[in-house]
Amino acid sequence: MNRLFTNDLNVSYDADLIVKELSIEIPDQQVTTIIGPNGCGKSTLLKSLTRIISPASGSILLDGKHISKENTKKLAKKMAILPQSPESANGLTVGELVSFGRFPYQNHFGRLSKRDYEVIDWALEVTGTIDFKYRQVDSLSGGQRQRVWIAMALAQESEIIFLDEPTTYLDMAHQLEVLELLKQLNIDQKRTIVMVLHDLNQAARFADYIVALKDGQVVKSGTCEEVITPSVLKDVFQIDAEIGKDPRTNKPMCLTYNLLKGDSNDENANSSYAYAISASY
Amino acid sequence: MKTRKQPILPFLYKMVAAMLGLVAMFIVSLVFGAAEIEVKDVWAALTSGGDIESRSIIQEIRLPREVAAMVVGSALAVAGAIMQGMTRNPLADPGLLGLTAGANAMLAVALAFLPSANYFVMMVFCFLGAAIGATVVFGIGAMKKGGFSPFRIVLAGAAVSALLTAIAEGIGIYFKLSKEVSMWTAGGLIGTNWNQLQIIVPFILAGLVLALLFSKQLTVLSLNEEVAIGLGQNTKTIKPLLFIVVILLAGAAVALVGNMAFIGLMVPHIVRAFVGTDYRAIIPMSIIFGAIFMLMADTLGRTINAPYETPIAAIVSIMGLPFFLLVLRKGERAFS
Repeated sequence: MNRLFTNDLNVSYDADLIVKELSIEIPDQQVTTIIGPNGCGKSTLLKSLTRIISPASGSILLDGKHISKENTKKLAKKMAILPQSPESANGLTVGELVSFGRFPYQNHFGRLSKRDYEVIDWALEVTGTIDFKYRQVDSLSGGQRQRVWIAMALAQESEIIFLDEPTTYLDMAHQLEVLELLKQLNIDQKRTIVMVLHDLNQAARFADYIVALKDGQVVKSGTCEEVITPSVLKDVFQIDAEIGKDPRTNKPMCLTYNLLKGDSNDENANSSYAYAISASY
Repeated sequence: MKTRKQPILPFLYKMVAAMLGLVAMFIVSLVFGAAEIEVKDVWAALTSGGDIESRSIIQEIRLPREVAAMVVGSALAVAGAIMQGMTRNPLADPGLLGLTAGANAMLAVALAFLPSANYFVMMVFCFLGAAIGATVVFGIGAMKKGGFSPFRIVLAGAAVSALLTAIAEGIGIYFKLSKEVSMWTAGGLIGTNWNQLQIIVPFILAGLVLALLFSKQLTVLSLNEEVAIGLGQNTKTIKPLLFIVVILLAGAAVALVGNMAFIGLMVPHIVRAFVGTDYRAIIPMSIIFGAIFMLMADTLGRTINAPYETPIAAIVSIMGLPFFLLVLRKGERAFS
């Protein structure tokens, strides 16, 4: 049985119900990707899974306990979050920022222990940011900065890491770099990774498990082969997609697509077009 | 390796240097003033010697006044630092975001309806007023999803401050209390006595201690609220707690000196240049720098046009305005 799942989850934002009657299970030690058109509730789902938003009803269970009732510090040792494009680090250095990953392990006045310093250096090492340790986070490039935030999440030593669109604002090479780092962490350290991605082909390439959402509900979840299919994409994104195989990774890949005729008055169809366009990648 | 060295000067040395600066400034402020008193007489007066006149000037006028200057400076500086950290707004300041104007308005209310109120009651009204001012300004700021830009919040602060000041003045005129109200709110340390200090200082000290205790939480919160939750911070208790600390500090400061903008804005930014952006360093340094700053402003006010006093609020504002414009220009990068 998996450690994290939801039961009939309803989450609203302001007055609108964004996530509706959603029951999913996050497979342990795998990379799960949540995909779906704009406004389908991807980020809201991620925020409620990480207790940033509390659900209107339904439950989220981790290790058999409701996360809403669990001590938040205890949870921070089990799950780390990387919010969508974290703002500036206020002039903190890389080392300082990553050291906050040890926050859940410290008492109120906590000074960093020898073990804390080891973990911090290890996190910097794995993410290839050790050379920037004494530089200001804000002085780094987008890709470097993202790796620093990932290092902070790693320093939390949590089994589960959530990321909300970790590749936004990065160029193609840096996008791949971040995703490969995450995949590596998943393989080497068995961390469970849950992320929201916009790019279907990246989702297919790096995920073991995909959850496709639309209007706050799961349309289809399963392996890449099960989810990245013309019929699912038609349903989720209102696109007519041609699916092939990535010649290098053998994963399914959206080669080209058109908007579905007759549905073009649907706002979702238009917005998903803009984002799914990275299929050219 | 492309590593840059860690700052060479450890924080402790900086603290010691700042403390020495504070002691020096404190002595300067006791020595300089309208009445000519020599350094040795100041020492004699403090140790209960010397002639009676200088002794009473030092002990009953200058000493309480400088103690007040120090605690008010520290209180406003720390209140500003906490507000900047909580709201990620580099322009946050208790004077600019409606807290002191709110406290002033409530002071006027207290003077009008509870004319016999003692100092403690007045202070409680200041706390209330600061809380009202802050709630209104941040309420306006929260009206838009995702929040307004720092600059818009300052505009809201200015508008709300203008309204609250008008209320204070209106009450003053209607109840024929204009003189009393303006005496409180003009912003001055004139006539500060030990009785007032005995009542107000404990509240400021409590606020400062709480600020020090929660400075690490403030740094975590200042990263981004979602990050703070992810790191296991209980933001639902930390945020109200920090809010209360700000109200305590700003309200008590108004009860002592009335209106005083810009200190809470300036001091934390100056401090960041020396100790970086971790509030564990910013808060203690702001306490010392705030005290030094106010002592300096007060000493200037007493000496540049002696024997007449130049209002300290005017001096602080003259120094503060260019600084405000500088922070505005730096915009987003003001924290680094």
